Amino acid sequence: MTNNPAPIHPAWLRITHWINVIAVVILVMSGWRIYNASPFFDFKIPAGITLGGWLGGAIQWHFAAMWLLAANGLVYLLLNTVTGRLRHKFFPISPRAIVADLLAALRGKLSHADPRQYNAVQRAAYLFVILDALLLILSGLTLWKPVQFPLLHDLMGGYESARRVHFFAMAALVGFVIVHLAMVALVPRTLLTMIRGK
Amino acid sequence: MIKKIPRKPAVDGDAAVKEALRRIDQPTRRLFLQRSLTLGGLSLLTGCGIVDDESVERVLMKVSRFNDKVQAWIFDPDQLAPTYPESMITRPFRFNAYYGEDEIRPVNGDTYRLEVSGLVADKHAWSLAELRAMPQTEQITRLICVEGWSAIGKWGGVTFSTFLKRIGADTTAKYVGFKCSDDYYTSIDMPTALHPQTQLTLSFDGETLPPRYGFPMKLRMPTKLGYKNPKHIAALFVTNDNPGGYWEDQGYNWFGGS
Repeated sequence: MTNNPAPIHPAWLRITHWINVIAVVILVMSGWRIYNASPFFDFKIPAGITLGGWLGGAIQWHFAAMWLLAANGLVYLLLNTVTGRLRHKFFPISPRAIVADLLAALRGKLSHADPRQYNAVQRAAYLFVILDALLLILSGLTLWKPVQFPLLHDLMGGYESARRVHFFAMAALVGFVIVHLAMVALVPRTLLTMIRGK
Repeated sequence: MIKKIPRKPAVDGDAAVKEALRRIDQPTRRLFLQRSLTLGGLSLLTGCGIVDDESVERVLMKVSRFNDKVQAWIFDPDQLAPTYPESMITRPFRFNAYYGEDEIRPVNGDTYRLEVSGLVADKHAWSLAELRAMPQTEQITRLICVEGWSAIGKWGGVTFSTFLKRIGADTTAKYVGFKCSDDYYTSIDMPTALHPQTQLTLSFDGETLPPRYGFPMKLRMPTKLGYKNPKHIAALFVTNDNPGGYWEDQGYNWFGGS
């Protein structure tokens, strides 16, 4: 093809998206194994869906993938900001628009008028998951270095509180992924655009 | 029906949008279950098979060594770990070792001698009485286990940097290694060894350190995870060759700092 149309998702976005997928899958699955070493709820995560084999292995995976998540996230946020994509794609956003689009989506009447534009629910969901990832990183840093980062330690309500924050932020991320995958299954074309760009 | 897409460069973006719309409108929704099953199947495949690969393990070990360096760089020798009031002490305090509580090996305090070797001026072995005669300090700090749980305890003993100076240790050396009477062993970096809260511990909760917490002596560091805090120390040595550790050699991160 000689005259390719401008992609819906630029190449840098697709690359950072899929690197993020790898990092998140490793972090969540190894994180479940780490949680199992000393669960603070009445349940454990089934060993078959965890990563690392044993606690030491899971920690190695977790503390390797954290660099991938952080570096990739930094590139994503940087490019998203300097290209103006963050502003154009995610704003304006209002609670009223989110409710309206959510109701329309539930009735199956949400317009796909332009796949280049995110509807209000998408905007809210993607902004939410960016903030959630930030919370995961900050609570994770607290767990890793509760002594060296005293400000974060206090902000998270201390070490034991940070464990819970990290866990619930993980649960929110997994919740997002489930809805996200369901939406992709409903509109499979979006998977292609995230791979090919158009 | 196949629509012919106009090929004017100026409107190509719009053409792509229309093409995307046309495909989205197709009745794919009934495929929902089928496709979610496929996605589920894909997600089950991830991780399997690569976990035990030797080259993957080597890469992970390399990252772990890199993380040692990052932690040494982050470590602030003047940053103190939080301390807590007596009322917050965890009682009973959890027993933890690589063996069960019924397998604790007894140590005779009367004949006990702490062996000192390596890059130190004074290599004489220390009796418990000698160690107790040194200036004593106390700390109420949080022990954080690599497993995730934590507990607050009160430890008393000799500030380790005081002891290192007393034995004329070469504090420009890189490591201090520990050998324990329960065959445990570990090692720490010199900056952590010299940290004001690093303590040669002789007492727990106001009483002589009991066997389950490391009689006759342990090293307490609130700036490191539990497995870096050796119990039942029989010998220590100052060295420039990393002595590793019981858990560290199996894959736990060597620095293990908090």
